[in-house]
Amino acid sequence: MPVTGAPKIITGRIGHADSHTLERYLATGGYDGLRKALAMTPEAVVHEIDTASLLGRGGAGFPAGRKWAMLRQSPVTYLVVNGDESEPATFKDHLLVERDPHQLIEGVLIAAYATQVSQVFIYLRGEFALGLERVQAALNDAYSHGAVGNDIFGSGFSVDVVVHPGAGAYICGEETALLESLEGKRGFPRIKPPFFPAAIGLYGEPTVVNNVETMSNLPWIVLNGGSAFAALGEGRSTGTRLFALAGHVNRPGVFEIEMVKTTFRDLIHAPVLGGGIPHGRELKAFIPGGVSAPWFGPDEIDLPLGQDEVADAGSMLGSGSVVVMDDHTCAVRASWRITKFFARESCGQCTPCREGSGWLEKIMERIETGNGREDDLDLLLDVCDNIAPGLTWPPQQTTICVLGPSIPSSIGSAIQMFRDEFLVHIKEGGCPYG
Amino acid sequence: MSNAAHPTPVDRPRSKGGPAPALTHLGGATATRARELIALYPEPRSALIPLCHLAQEQEGWLSPEIMADIAALLDLTPAEVLGTASFYDMLHTEPVGSHLVSVCTNIACLLNGAMELLEHAESTLGVNAGGTTADGAVTLEEAECLAGCDGAPCVQVNHRYVGAQTAESFDQLIADLRSGARAAEIPTHGTLNRVARTTGLQADRDQIANERAAMAEAQAQRAAAAKDTAANKAGA
Ligand SMILES: Cc1cc2nc3c(=O)[nH]c(=O)nc-3n(C[C@H](O)[C@H](O)[C@H](O)COP(=O)(O)O)c2cc1C
Ligand code: SF4
Ligand code: FES
Repeated sequence: MPVTGAPKIITGRIGHADSHTLERYLATGGYDGLRKALAMTPEAVVHEIDTASLLGRGGAGFPAGRKWAMLRQSPVTYLVVNGDESEPATFKDHLLVERDPHQLIEGVLIAAYATQVSQVFIYLRGEFALGLERVQAALNDAYSHGAVGNDIFGSGFSVDVVVHPGAGAYICGEETALLESLEGKRGFPRIKPPFFPAAIGLYGEPTVVNNVETMSNLPWIVLNGGSAFAALGEGRSTGTRLFALAGHVNRPGVFEIEMVKTTFRDLIHAPVLGGGIPHGRELKAFIPGGVSAPWFGPDEIDLPLGQDEVADAGSMLGSGSVVVMDDHTCAVRASWRITKFFARESCGQCTPCREGSGWLEKIMERIETGNGREDDLDLLLDVCDNIAPGLTWPPQQTTICVLGPSIPSSIGSAIQMFRDEFLVHIKEGGCPYG
Repeated sequence: MSNAAHPTPVDRPRSKGGPAPALTHLGGATATRARELIALYPEPRSALIPLCHLAQEQEGWLSPEIMADIAALLDLTPAEVLGTASFYDMLHTEPVGSHLVSVCTNIACLLNGAMELLEHAESTLGVNAGGTTADGAVTLEEAECLAGCDGAPCVQVNHRYVGAQTAESFDQLIADLRSGARAAEIPTHGTLNRVARTTGLQADRDQIANERAAMAEAQAQRAAAAKDTAANKAGA
């Protein structure tokens, strides 16, 4: 039984064509979680989320309740929702934003109440044109419904929510770059310490930053209790999580899955999930958590989808995106494209990241086009080692943010797993896969 | 629990006292919307990106004149506006066509024929990625992941998803864009968000003054605490 009997916590509504409307939302228990939260003390709400042990869904996996409990010791000024979703092959927040904007808004309001914040910004990547419209329309309706604004539902709690568009820059997903962007500046990550958002965030004020999916879980948790959430999954990975499955699978898409109880094999092959690899081909490799993560091979396919389980095996669940490559995939071409992405998106503040990504892209391109040199493999690994010394996992950090140290993951994996393919490209000046 | 002690920061007085800046290029209605957007933020500069999107609605790109208007509205220099705008892929400091066609070639799309689709697009449109067709109808762009990887290869037109494309469906798409057949669903380039905010909070001036004072006090306390820590360290 690959798919567990776990309830659909955040995708329950999206089967309906009108899942984004207030009518549908109210007809399916919408804003009940907020009403319940407003009747509790903020501390009790934080406690509930802490009990759920909800891990942040943006990539780093920090427990949301713990983050807020720390913040409650000194007043927080702003809550910022991270909807930049630009990690390649990640498209789960896209679904939540377009298909269930009220659920996001309700989660945001619960979080605002729990942290006693009166100003919220929802930062959505600019390419979500429909998402921006859907969330703004939902907010307009929520204001009319009395769920947002002054004295919400007569509770005495007031909060304003502003939808803010990004403008096309992957780095703005990094939380401090996002805050710079929200201040109307270039998306340059800030150095931590001292610029931890919780201490010195937006306009220098203490700020909570959480991901769209993290927020979307809150209505269910408040309504059903933190322990009901914690009863799902296993160990540190509780509840369900969205996985965005793409690449060489018959049924690419976003799946809500109980954590740890499901494996990569289930995700890729189960008929109700990925549905297997097209054209009867075999699995060559897969990326378990966004292109910043080291790759896995067929040997790791039975690993459970759990944060610690994947970390112990030398990679990460990261942003919850899984990319499948079949046995006709050229590993050189795949890792070259990922490297090109990092070279384009490096913000340029740190030398190892800016120069390193540029060099890696050039070397990878000449190998990919059949112009590689004998010592290029050593050169690639040497440049990687200069970006993240020792090429360990998790990587050593030499830079302001972790974009830099993520660059070597794909090249390192590809060389380690498919060295022969690189050698064929270099020695024979062409690709074995045509 | 009420948070009246920390009232909502809205409807702040923005004017620095001087006369409203003279705008040369932003139209009257657009300028009004721009001022509404600025009023949503605690600091005017935060409205910079939203204002750039708004300005692109007017001409499709950010001309130096438009950027000067944005600078005037935000009390910044035009160089500060350009400095920020030039960082972002979606903000255009050169003219673009009336349809921006973005073809993602990142990993999930690459595995599903995106490079071949981009090559097809380049040859049928007669431009390289980054170029605009002679009739000004289409600017072609090689995009990074657009978060639409389950419909690979993913294509957006003016940041609206149009679904996975084959060479044939792509040609049809271009024909439809040129004939205006899909204009209802895909507005011309620059129109990002057709839904305006309809409500806002109208907190009263006293509340705002209280909130500002509370914020200043909190800031002073933090500064004092930091100084104390520094002094302790120096003393130890
Ligand atoms: C280069 C980079 C890109 C990131 N992109 C995103 C993103 O698109 N969305 C997101 O929620 N978090 C992203 N993050 C993680 C955020 O910095 C942050 O950890 C997260 O928003 C916190 O929310 P959470 O605790 O709810 O996960 C990124 C981090 C890095 C270093
Ligand atoms: S590591 Fe790269 S992206 Fe991050 S701050 Fe440094 S240069 Fe910018
Ligand atoms: S990789 Fe192309 S849209 Fe995500």
